[in-house]
Amino acid sequence: MKSPLLEVTDLKKHFFVHSGALGTGGATVYAVDGVSFTIDRAETLALVGESGCGKSTVGRCILRLFDITSGQVMLDGKRIDELSAGALRPFRRRVQVVFQDPFSSLNPRMRVRDILAEPIRNFRLATSRAELAARVDRLLEVVRLPRDAAKRWPHEFSGGQRQRIGIARALAAEPDLIVCDEAVSALDVSVKAQIVNLLYDLQQELGLAMLFISHDLAIVEHMTHRVAVMYLGKIVELAPKRALFAAPKHPYTQALLSAVPVPEPGAARQRIILKGDVPSPINPPKGCRFHTRCPYAFERCRAEEPALRATAGGHLSACHLHDLPAAQNPLAAAA
Amino acid sequence: MPLLEINDLQTHFRTPDGVNRAVDGVSFQMGEGETLAVVGESGCGKSVTANSILRLIPEPPGKIAGSIRFRGVDLLKLSDKEMRRVRGNDISMIFQEPMTSLNPVLTVGRQLGETLRLHQRVSRREADARAVEMLRLVGIPEAKRRLGEYPHQLSGGMRQRVMIAIALSCRPKLLIADEPTTALDVTIQAQILDLMKDLKAKVGAAIILITHDLGIVAEVAERVMVMYAGRKVEEAPVEKLFRTPRHPYTQGLFGAVPKLGSSLAGNLTKLAEIPGVVPSLKQRICGCVFATRCASATDLCRQSAPALELKAPGHLAACHFAPKEALAA
Amino acid sequence: MLGSAVPVPADVAVEPAMPDVLPPIKVRRGLAGFVYRHPTIAFGAALLIAMLSIAVLAPYLGTVDPTALSPAKRTRAPSAEFWFGTDMFGRDVYSRVMYGARVSLTVGFSVAILASLAGLAVGLISGFVRWADGIIMRIMDGMMSIPPILLAVALMALTRASVTNVVTAITIAEFPRVARLVRGVVLSLREQPYVDAAVAAGTRGPMIILRHILPNTLAPMTVQATYICASAMIVEAILSFIGAGTPPSVPSWGNIMAEGRALWQVKPFIVFFPAVFLSLTVLAVNLLGDGLRDMLDPRMAKRL
Repeated sequence: MKSPLLEVTDLKKHFFVHSGALGTGGATVYAVDGVSFTIDRAETLALVGESGCGKSTVGRCILRLFDITSGQVMLDGKRIDELSAGALRPFRRRVQVVFQDPFSSLNPRMRVRDILAEPIRNFRLATSRAELAARVDRLLEVVRLPRDAAKRWPHEFSGGQRQRIGIARALAAEPDLIVCDEAVSALDVSVKAQIVNLLYDLQQELGLAMLFISHDLAIVEHMTHRVAVMYLGKIVELAPKRALFAAPKHPYTQALLSAVPVPEPGAARQRIILKGDVPSPINPPKGCRFHTRCPYAFERCRAEEPALRATAGGHLSACHLHDLPAAQNPLAAAA
Repeated sequence: MPLLEINDLQTHFRTPDGVNRAVDGVSFQMGEGETLAVVGESGCGKSVTANSILRLIPEPPGKIAGSIRFRGVDLLKLSDKEMRRVRGNDISMIFQEPMTSLNPVLTVGRQLGETLRLHQRVSRREADARAVEMLRLVGIPEAKRRLGEYPHQLSGGMRQRVMIAIALSCRPKLLIADEPTTALDVTIQAQILDLMKDLKAKVGAAIILITHDLGIVAEVAERVMVMYAGRKVEEAPVEKLFRTPRHPYTQGLFGAVPKLGSSLAGNLTKLAEIPGVVPSLKQRICGCVFATRCASATDLCRQSAPALELKAPGHLAACHFAPKEALAA
Repeated sequence: MLGSAVPVPADVAVEPAMPDVLPPIKVRRGLAGFVYRHPTIAFGAALLIAMLSIAVLAPYLGTVDPTALSPAKRTRAPSAEFWFGTDMFGRDVYSRVMYGARVSLTVGFSVAILASLAGLAVGLISGFVRWADGIIMRIMDGMMSIPPILLAVALMALTRASVTNVVTAITIAEFPRVARLVRGVVLSLREQPYVDAAVAAGTRGPMIILRHILPNTLAPMTVQATYICASAMIVEAILSFIGAGTPPSVPSWGNIMAEGRALWQVKPFIVFFPAVFLSLTVLAVNLLGDGLRDMLDPRMAKRL
């Protein structure tokens, strides 16, 4: 059997934060605490969740921007989380990134040409100066920027255009997987649509796989094949897009979906308003992490952590309610 | 008499490379207790309009012209001292970033009580009692204990609740909310929107809601004003605007927003794009401001600016070619 | 109006044009525009260039040998012959002040450059090598807890008086400031998404520093360098004034003032002229620094 392009198994990333005057005190932030998923070739997986749920940290772990605490990251069947910096380089080419902020993601002191040439030179994808220039031209064309953009500086461009440059830089390395970390969140509505369409087209044309990290469920629905919902460092539900949006299984996913304001005046909807705030990842609740806000929480949720497992309709969901008989199950009643 | 009546508001700024016409000729009215949403993308002048109403524009480099009549009084003609009496008392404001709009070194109770004591001349004890009452009103549990806490001890959603409590503490007639939920997570946003709707029924203040999120507009507003490049391009009651947007920009905006649940309907179409970028406000724009990005722009659009016209009852749009409904008398 | 305006149909409502509420702003380009936008830089730079010209052109500015003694013409008041008067040895104060500019500016610029380079190297190491950071920064803190003048005096006490030694002493006293600044900037730049993107794009460590970190530290470092330049000139003057700096054989503003000190109450001009020149030069450098800071700081630049 062919292995998936990316396979993440029980990924954990804990940060240690120092505190106190002498840095003697400290606490562990359980940013990502046991996350597993796969991404196939030419597939888009969305990672959604609210701020602080650890979705961006997952992206950074895959990019190896820092070392992981435990778990495995396999690219094309090869473990990359243990490789040294040197051995990792050939794999770096295959995973690229587009960041959220179009202003701080481009070095203000480099021309667009040099920004795009950097990965091409690093990975020796061009043999001559002429070929390098041709590649840069081609990249600008792919992201629909004029050719003369190459000799200009980042500050001469608008937010949307800068994001195109960021996408071109990611494409320059000819990657198999692109991590889009809130890549369209900072953009205005009309520009956001342009970039969403561009990413969608590129994925179709180039057969790229994508990890699309976002908090915007409507955009996610537009972009992806499968969706993983994260809450406090864990995946609570993972399902094919349609299955998830049609019939969310986990109470958190249900609340999240119902909370999104829909641009339709007078639309009659059942909204689930969650109580309180997201607990701190420094001291996550025992048992199910969602039990402090879950409208259906019962005894078992406070004591035992539910595992992510298959439920009806191709969903993976981590909730004890799935064990209850249909008659007692508030989820089934709600649906 | 309308609660607020703005005529030909112009807010311009001096910059080293020219005059920035951030708001250029905006007029609208609001009745008591009404909720008006102002929609547009960044730089369209929606926040500057809000800040102009409270005269929070530094002059110079800014300059506000036109008239802003609040219950018949032109706010632009008031002295600074008279204006201070209006701010926070008759008209109050909530900002996007609840962390920076609260003073980090004062307790919640002090900040709430200060507004009350400043405008309503109540005793300290009375102010404290009112503060607790306000915190309860905005759904903060253990209100008494929270009075002694500092802003950094509260979560983002709680801080925004405190901001709302401060804004409403003097029972203002008009509340301006500038992107009040943009910095918050979806589930917290839902809480705050719910709270605002609930409070509106209880307090009865008129609300100007500034946002870029059409979903929030649909949920909260009664009337909507769409701004683009410093101008008002369309205004209509919310159902009308969402059912039949008449300005090409508004239409483009609706097409560009993905709708939740659209994949279930089967065919996921591509999002409609509005090509190009917003024009610079430092150049004088002859003709329609949207002409450079409009698919159906003609020479007429590029040369003469369309006036806001009644296209249907209660529905204004500034477009030469927007279809007109037969207007019944 | 437009000559080729299309006729407006009768049923189309056209909005009347609104007048601007502010007078049109003349956008100035070129040198005039720069002076208009950054008057502090322009003024500081002009003053500094004037001082530099004095230092370079000192022999051609109607000066005589600044060390030539003429006991017959001691402590003369300013006159047509001796513009700034003469000192207690009959040396021409005007010539001494003109030549003195050389020492001040040499010390100022040398210290600014050397302290920047040393601070940059130490700051980069501190910002990148985690285990070294704590040790280096504690040493820097220790050095900064001693006032630069005291540290320079102490260092001068170990060697003999010469301009080179003065420069070395002041550089050692001043560079921890730069190191601290560079470290802070490096630590914040390392968090920038474009650095992460470069790591993902396969750029190696040294190239990251050279291409992405270094160019972006230059702006704050330049500003810091101007302040250090000003501070170095003052420290040099103080060292010379208390006799621990430039040797008496080389005229510097500090030692001219030191020599005039005894006569301050009767012949104030001996102290007055070098003091004025020192103040003007320090002012020029500080204005330049303030102007550069405003120009390079994006938050200030966004100010309308």
